[in-house]
Amino acid sequence: MKSDITYPLNIGPVHPAFKEPIKFTFRIEGEKVVGADIDFGYTHRAIERIAQERNYIQIIYLLERVCGICSFSHPMAYCLAIEDVAGIEVPPRARYIRTIVGELERLHSHLLWTGVAAHEIGFDTLFMYTWNIREKVLDCLEELTGNRINYAMLTIGGVRRDITADNAQTIHQVLEYYEELYNRTSEILLDDLTLRARTEGVGILTIEQAERLCAVGPTARGSGLMKDVRVDYPVNAYYEILWLKPVSPRDIGKEPIGDVYDRMAVRVLEIQQAIKIIQFCMENLPEGDINTGSGAVKMINALKKLEGEGVGRYEAPRGEVCHYVILDNQEHPVQIKVKAPTYSNGFTWAPMLTNIEIADIPIVVASIDPCVACADRMTYVQADGSRTTISWEELRAKSIQKYKGVRRQWMK
Amino acid sequence: MNTGSCNACDIEILATLMPRYDAERFGIKLVGSPRHADVLLVTGTVTEKIKDNILQVYEQVPEPKLVIVIGGCGSTKGVFQESYAMAGPVDAILPVDVYIPGCPPRPEAIIYGIAKAWEKLEKLQK
Repeated sequence: MKSDITYPLNIGPVHPAFKEPIKFTFRIEGEKVVGADIDFGYTHRAIERIAQERNYIQIIYLLERVCGICSFSHPMAYCLAIEDVAGIEVPPRARYIRTIVGELERLHSHLLWTGVAAHEIGFDTLFMYTWNIREKVLDCLEELTGNRINYAMLTIGGVRRDITADNAQTIHQVLEYYEELYNRTSEILLDDLTLRARTEGVGILTIEQAERLCAVGPTARGSGLMKDVRVDYPVNAYYEILWLKPVSPRDIGKEPIGDVYDRMAVRVLEIQQAIKIIQFCMENLPEGDINTGSGAVKMINALKKLEGEGVGRYEAPRGEVCHYVILDNQEHPVQIKVKAPTYSNGFTWAPMLTNIEIADIPIVVASIDPCVACADRMTYVQADGSRTTISWEELRAKSIQKYKGVRRQWMK
Repeated sequence: MNTGSCNACDIEILATLMPRYDAERFGIKLVGSPRHADVLLVTGTVTEKIKDNILQVYEQVPEPKLVIVIGGCGSTKGVFQESYAMAGPVDAILPVDVYIPGCPPRPEAIIYGIAKAWEKLEKLQK
């Protein structure tokens, strides 16, 4: 019998189903979800504000702490933005090393996600399996960079550590290990009946919705939207990888409909793509310097004399990361703006979460690979403490006003 | 419990429970509700917005209970010193028993910290 009453269901902010603090309020009709409201902001740490008080080199390490999983992508986008302003030419060897570490990070992030997704549907064996094979790439990253997570590999104008002959051997071993395991893993992830039953036709995001809500990364590609920053606006060594194209479920002969299964297929295929990219980079690794040779102090002094604005775009495992910086003859940037992939993808939850069963909520929420720590912003609160809703036009006007203010200081 | 961390510590806690490090062989287990817990793991500095929720979760844990802080930000505020959104390091909000510094700490360090907490818990239960 159909009931006319909808009732609210609160999940979060601290809930075992989500790793991170985020609050959902669902409107439930029977077992169906008819509406969802999201409350962000529990991990807002004011990183953009702190960055205005640090110098250019310190910011790299601050931005690494935006998100522990994409701890290469955020500083990467920042370095690209600064290099854009300053016109710094990055040596070819450094560009290849950046690509290799970036793809190793993608490998680890996608394996991590498949584990989390398996856990959300109660398939804990697969969770243990993928996290166990993920340890191998973490070992490799540790050998290359010195830490399992938060690599501190990047600097403005290059990288900080070289890939030695020993490291190269480790990378080859790791790639062989994953190539051997890939068929087995993809078979479990893409053909297993339990997984298919739980993911097919669930949490659908159509291509029109994906386009309208500005979805990025695997979420967009799962809906059939062929966009990938590595192909559209190539940086680092991606220029030279001519065969690179955005993956889509079409590669395994399936027309994308934008359900959880398609998003999973994209990530599984990207694991294979990442292996191929690293192989290409290792084969074509050029000789030469790994950075511009100027130390941190020299670099800060050079950047102090500059003014202008720069944008850096990079494809993180979750989608496009975009950093925007304004420099104004100071030891620190006057403004830095971080746009994380979950910031764009968060809105796609609204159509995905409508008309699904309560039991599917965790997997649908996890299917965009949310990273709340990246995306958290301040909620707009009035002086008396009451929350207000601001319209799109109002928000846009406020943003323009804010950035005009910053720009005017710089124009003077 | 995540109180405004960057995920790095959280994924290392999960890695601690995975087959490589396998903390479960020592009897360390992640439970689904604070009501079943002996020890509360806190990652990240406490943000203003989540402060009240943390106290609520802490009160749900049955006595005797211990709090372990994982990561540099939770212990000292770490890189977020000047942030306006921070209510302080975890020990300003909750009574902390064990600190595990590192950004993020390695799984071995997490196991060692939990073992230390275990010793203390046994003393408390006597």
